[in-house]
Amino acid sequence: MPATLFEKIWNEHLIADTSGGGLLLLDRIFLHERTGGVALQSLRQSGHRVANPAHVFATMDHVIDTRPGSRNPGAADRAGNPFIEVTRREARAAGIHLFDTDDPRQGIVHVIGPELGIVLPGLTLVCPDSHTGTQGAIGALAWGIGSSDAEHALATQTLRIPKPKTLRVFIDGTLQAGVTAKDLALHLIGMHGASGARGFVVEFAGPAVRRLDLEARMTLCNMATELSAFAAIIAPDEQTFAYLRGRPFAPPGERFERAASQWQELRSDPDARFDLEIHLDASEVRPMITWGTNPQDALPIDGSVPDYQAVSGRLSRQAYERALSYMGLEQGRALAGLPIDGAFIGACTNSRLSDLRRAAALLKGRRVAPGVRAICVPGSTQVKRLAEAEGLASVFERAGFEWRESGCSMCFFAGGESFAPGQRVVSSTNRNFEGRQGPQTRTHLASPETVAASAIAGHIADPRTGQR
Amino acid sequence: MPQPFTELTAVAAVLLRDNIDTDAIIPSREIRAVAKTGLADGLFANWRYLPGEGRTPDPGFALNDPEFRGARILIAGENFGCGSSREQAVWALAEYGFRALLTPSFSPIFQRNCVRNGVLPACLARHAIAQLAEWVSADPQRHRPSVSLVTQRVAAGARSWPFEIAADAREALLSGLGEIEQTLRFNDRIAAFQAADRLRRPWAYDLGPATPGSHRESE
Repeated sequence: MPATLFEKIWNEHLIADTSGGGLLLLDRIFLHERTGGVALQSLRQSGHRVANPAHVFATMDHVIDTRPGSRNPGAADRAGNPFIEVTRREARAAGIHLFDTDDPRQGIVHVIGPELGIVLPGLTLVCPDSHTGTQGAIGALAWGIGSSDAEHALATQTLRIPKPKTLRVFIDGTLQAGVTAKDLALHLIGMHGASGARGFVVEFAGPAVRRLDLEARMTLCNMATELSAFAAIIAPDEQTFAYLRGRPFAPPGERFERAASQWQELRSDPDARFDLEIHLDASEVRPMITWGTNPQDALPIDGSVPDYQAVSGRLSRQAYERALSYMGLEQGRALAGLPIDGAFIGACTNSRLSDLRRAAALLKGRRVAPGVRAICVPGSTQVKRLAEAEGLASVFERAGFEWRESGCSMCFFAGGESFAPGQRVVSSTNRNFEGRQGPQTRTHLASPETVAASAIAGHIADPRTGQR
Repeated sequence: MPQPFTELTAVAAVLLRDNIDTDAIIPSREIRAVAKTGLADGLFANWRYLPGEGRTPDPGFALNDPEFRGARILIAGENFGCGSSREQAVWALAEYGFRALLTPSFSPIFQRNCVRNGVLPACLARHAIAQLAEWVSADPQRHRPSVSLVTQRVAAGARSWPFEIAADAREALLSGLGEIEQTLRFNDRIAAFQAADRLRRPWAYDLGPATPGSHRESE
């Protein structure tokens, strides 16, 4: 019977059927200090053991200090230190892999999973973090869970889950110059809303997806979380195999090639049926920017704040007015040209080497506008090192960006640093919720290019022209 | 170990906003300890307290309304619990006293986190939520809804509405059994599955040159 990619992976991992779902075998478990330490600690306190430590990995990314030269002390705020200390202690006691604060392999969990070859096509991978679906870009079934489910995963190497439905997003056409996977994702979320993929595993397919490099695919899968997708996945291809060859935790040499020949089967059969299909033409997508307090509030960069009528299917009048007031905007205001106070490039969405390269290309020989605080936080220590080796770091620094140690940093306000109340920030992150980047901070989501162009202009700017 | 959930009649608080995310439920900076407790004070902190130092309750926020004192049921808008997977959001709600959440829809990870902690996440039709909220708001201390997981209905005075919950979530809530213990009973079956899987997918057990011999060691 023809099967989708998701169904193939599901069936391969299905130990037993349960009511409405299945008990699935897990191949990899990833933890970070914010939600993983508490799971390890609680597991031990309840008298359970980690079933398969060799398949469990922990990193420090969420509350770790990213200020330059800050690598050893730990958290950005003292209140964060216990999370680092408990995770370190519990990881050592459990005998799992740990990428500690000073480890050259340290980085944001969804950046280092692919970078280190921990995630492979056809694997199941879970992490107590909502953006775990990012790693589906490799062709794995990767999904976010809570801490209690993480305890279950650690103790049993399995998880019971309801079986998601399948949604294929088929994308053809070609992205215009200056338009990226991030814009594609915001376009999709803008069209289908914050609940658009609830209960579905999303397979991104089609020629436009094939043409995306692996890092761009990760950006696309990352943002599927903001559609409420259970997970996102892209069938592996030669590009995927080339990306993974030689990664430290991937099988080496001939063992890799034998695996790759099995991975060829990891694609939806031509006549496989999806519960839902969406078509998208990539050539219609323009650089995108959000105006409100949810990623679904996304518009082309030459757009204006919509009137209530335009969003009434999605927002109550009260929610609409609340969003406008929070963002300090009024109906009809053009988004391009809005003066900004901050520019942030980083997070599991857009902090990989290719993201930094594209932003640096716009920043080269230019300066951040006066009064704008601009920050770049590489997604991993390795990305940082590579970016420094090829001269990107000095481009950022000469332009006036802070060049930081890797971590999640100011993607969210963990009690350490934040932008100030009322400040307007263009950000390459994935969430623009109220208070996300700091109390009363106003976040506009965009691609790294748009963040760079806006930082130079001092206002929200189209990366294709740098103009309003 | 979660408490079993069967039925609950209690004061309900009404917070009819859509897309209430877990950052709003428990702001990251309110998560101060590596623990599942000590979170109730931080619940909805950005909305519940006035800006500035100290914890001055914002009188405009629903949970500060004396009418909703002692609430153990929360009625809220669509896509409740979206955003970060932090289970602290559920721990904070539970510690504050909520045992049942009634909304048109939940974020999936949040919904599972509720079940793991004995908190009922029940989905009602949008119109049912609106009618229920109206009935409760008229006199919250006296108009106490009854939620029954046995009949899968919410009753409010003379009216009642069905709610949806996944079959496995319902069973888990009714029994209150820890899931790890249940799964560990299948240990032999899991081990047998893994042994066969190792032959089918040797590469999945091959952790590369970074951990030499790991693909053998784990055999």
